[in-house]
Amino acid sequence: MEAGLESPVDEEGVHDSFNQLIAEQSQNGGLDALELQELQRELDEEGRDNVAYLSSPGHDYGRRQERWEAEREDDGRQTDSLAGERWSSATLKILSSMPSRTIGRSRGAIISQYYNRTMQLRRRRQSRPSIRDFSRSARPSIRGYGMEGDTTDSEGAEKREHLVNNLQNLSVSDRVRMLRGMPLSVAEKSELRYMQSWYSWLSFIHSLQLWQVALKRVSGRFGTGVLSYFLFLKTLLFFNLFLFLVTGAFLVLPQAVHPPLFSQGRPSFSGLELLTGAGYFSDSVMYYGYYSNYTLRKSCRVDTGGQNMSISNGTGMDCPSKRHSYNMPMAYFFTIGVSFFITGIILVYSMSKSFGQSFRIDKSHSILAMKVFCSWDFKVLKKSSVKLMSENICTQLKELLAEVNHKHVKNTVCQKLWRLTVHGIAWTICIASTTGCVIGIYYFSEHMHQVRQDEEASMLALPVVVSVINLLLPGLFNAAAWMEDYDSPSVRTYVAIGRNLMLKVSVLGVLCYHWLGRVAADPCWEDFVGQELYRFLIMDFIFTLLDTLFGEFLWRLFSEKGLKRRRRPVFDIARNVLDLIYGQTLAWLGVLFTPLLPAVQILKLLLLFYIKKGSVMMNCQAPRKPYRVSQMTTIFITLLCIPSFIGASVCVTYTMWSITPSSSCGPFRQLKTMFQAGKRWVEELEKDNPSLSMLARAHAYLVENPFFLFVGAGIFLIVIYFHSQVVDGQRKIISLLQEQIENEGEDKKFLITRLQSIHEQKRTPTRRLTKESVKP
Amino acid sequence: MGNKQTIFTDEQLDAYQCFFYCRLHGRYHELAPHLVPMDYTNDPECKLPLALIVNMPELKENPFRNRIVESFSEDGMGNLSFNEFVDMFSVLSEMAPRELKAIYAFKIYDFNVDNYLCKEDLEKTLNKLTKEELTPEEVELVCEKSIEEADLDGDNKLSFADFENMITRAPDFLSTFHIRI
Repeated sequence: MEAGLESPVDEEGVHDSFNQLIAEQSQNGGLDALELQELQRELDEEGRDNVAYLSSPGHDYGRRQERWEAEREDDGRQTDSLAGERWSSATLKILSSMPSRTIGRSRGAIISQYYNRTMQLRRRRQSRPSIRDFSRSARPSIRGYGMEGDTTDSEGAEKREHLVNNLQNLSVSDRVRMLRGMPLSVAEKSELRYMQSWYSWLSFIHSLQLWQVALKRVSGRFGTGVLSYFLFLKTLLFFNLFLFLVTGAFLVLPQAVHPPLFSQGRPSFSGLELLTGAGYFSDSVMYYGYYSNYTLRKSCRVDTGGQNMSISNGTGMDCPSKRHSYNMPMAYFFTIGVSFFITGIILVYSMSKSFGQSFRIDKSHSILAMKVFCSWDFKVLKKSSVKLMSENICTQLKELLAEVNHKHVKNTVCQKLWRLTVHGIAWTICIASTTGCVIGIYYFSEHMHQVRQDEEASMLALPVVVSVINLLLPGLFNAAAWMEDYDSPSVRTYVAIGRNLMLKVSVLGVLCYHWLGRVAADPCWEDFVGQELYRFLIMDFIFTLLDTLFGEFLWRLFSEKGLKRRRRPVFDIARNVLDLIYGQTLAWLGVLFTPLLPAVQILKLLLLFYIKKGSVMMNCQAPRKPYRVSQMTTIFITLLCIPSFIGASVCVTYTMWSITPSSSCGPFRQLKTMFQAGKRWVEELEKDNPSLSMLARAHAYLVENPFFLFVGAGIFLIVIYFHSQVVDGQRKIISLLQEQIENEGEDKKFLITRLQSIHEQKRTPTRRLTKESVKP
Repeated sequence: MGNKQTIFTDEQLDAYQCFFYCRLHGRYHELAPHLVPMDYTNDPECKLPLALIVNMPELKENPFRNRIVESFSEDGMGNLSFNEFVDMFSVLSEMAPRELKAIYAFKIYDFNVDNYLCKEDLEKTLNKLTKEELTPEEVELVCEKSIEEADLDGDNKLSFADFENMITRAPDFLSTFHIRI
């Protein structure tokens, strides 16, 4: 009986009991009166009640009822005293009126009632079936899920959401009628209308899906793990698209329309430009040096006589209109700053969202149960992949069983020492090789800087060396990990990621020192740094292609034809994602010096998608090790945010704040630092409108005073500490509540059996009496 | 979107919904071109049988395909109308919230439809997952341990509350319980 009303899966039963109870409560109000009436009727009758019939005001219950009856007869074992009893109607009434089954008369109840009505209206009108596969509701919310329970404020909000989604599916006239008819306040109605339009907009955005078919094929064959790499690539593409649109609209377009007044002749186009970025591209809108340091005006003639004009002098020109003016240095400074700021906010938001999805407060105790119910990847469609997945799950279950059953074998001291030594050696190898390569890059870059020749191709030497290091060293790390032989595959993955990260961070660090420390003393150094970053990006792409060719394609051929094995290479998700993050860091570092670098990155990512997809489909096989997708996705987006983006923005901020811009090219020539452009603008504003002097003062106080930064960071840390304490407290509450659930269950059993026994006692004397009375 | 003409009322057509609606309807239609109507102005009743639906490439190799289709059918026998077809792919899409997915996952794994995941349900689930590669003792052990881990109220079977509590702790649930269409 309890089965019928306990689960929200049985919506009809819940609805009926809800309606009945509200009606009853509004009529009599007394529970005791009902129970007494029932008891009286019981005493008169004498028959045994058919439990199954009484349990639910029958509706489509036939099949379930039969099954349940059959099960009860077969099931001799009574593990639970509650399950097997046949309850009297009084007990049933009490059970059905328990607070866990009734819905309070709160706002939630009113909303639920109207929810019902909208459903009935839809069924009657048979209005269009909704495709809500791209909005939060998803259609079965129509069928009434989440309808029961006492409503708190958050549940009220959920019900409102369901109502909104339901309303969306009605036609406009119906919608208006329903909204008008509801007894909610005006504020709530406007909130509902707002939520409707927000959902419509979201669903439209989602409908513009890119690469849907390709992603489906990849996930059908390889599962969610490999798919996450391609989804990450898609995310990066959108970041770069945003950067490109912003810089293109505010920097490239105005400057391209107003070419600088005095520019040297460009060398002719030869194919080498695509690799080196110099030559034909060197004095173009692609690099920092091309951008003007004065305010662009629409109708000015070439009468200004040279580039050395200060920005504040905007009035000493014979230009008729002041309206169509565009302050280039200001635009440059603010565009870069604002785009970085917005990218940072989007990154932090997606990181926190991903973290929220994958982080669970309670460290899981139910590992085996989760493995049984959550390990089947529903996206896999191909037969061979499905077979492989079954085998994997089988192996993992066996391993888990062994782990859960047997105690972990304790190592002897000798074995522990040996393992420590092996780990130590492996880490020493990795750190030593990384340090060696970094020192090598340091001296090689210095050499290349001093021996700078005019030959273009020699400029490719440093990028090639760095790319080769990035390609070969992770292989060495893999070999070291193989030697170490980790037990747990997740630990192995984390260690691999950590080592790879260490390598890339050190390499980028030494390169940044080289560019911002040494090269920054040269004339027009920003152009050179921009070209270097372009070269690094292109070389990275070429070497990724080579790695795909040799690592996957040729290896598969070799392994099939040469070694005659069926095993194909496995797609190393972590390494490929780290390569993507490295490329994106280069792009972010380069935006300040090369406003068109996001466009190059977009092209690179597009090509990379198709090449990687083709290679994976042709050459690789599905991974054999378990891969925790949501955890890894969180780690990758965290890595994208914290070392990659924060590092790039620190470099850019340092460049803008402390480094002297070159005096012969670019929008910030003649200034001490790039940051001064912002300061000058504020001073200009103050001169024009004295009432804005407070803004200037605030600007000077807030932005330039480091004390404020420390206070801000301190507050931030305190907030983080509070949140971590809250999470700790919630953990404790969860365990307490679990204990309470168990206790409540015991209480319930006790009370029900007591009630039943009292009822039995009351019945037997009466039966004896009536039997005696019948006898003559 | 296809080049077939489907007729809906003006209320049913909407700028951005049409694309997905038509696409899903296209898939539904191609399962049984002679049975599925194109004209919905008179709200015709049409249900496709289980055998046709489980032959879709998205479901064909899935060991739970029969249970999936049965869970979304109103009669419990696996005959889906177009509404139920759309429901099925909505719940299995990436936009469905976790609670909704948990409800339907519970329905899918509940083989004997008694609103509890008892030991037999778990045994059937395991056998379908591993294609019967585990020995019976191992199956028994896994079922016992799983119920022990997840059961909160001590009735030796998993009610929906137990299941939901366990599934909300599984971070991978949202990504694995997802079919792309």
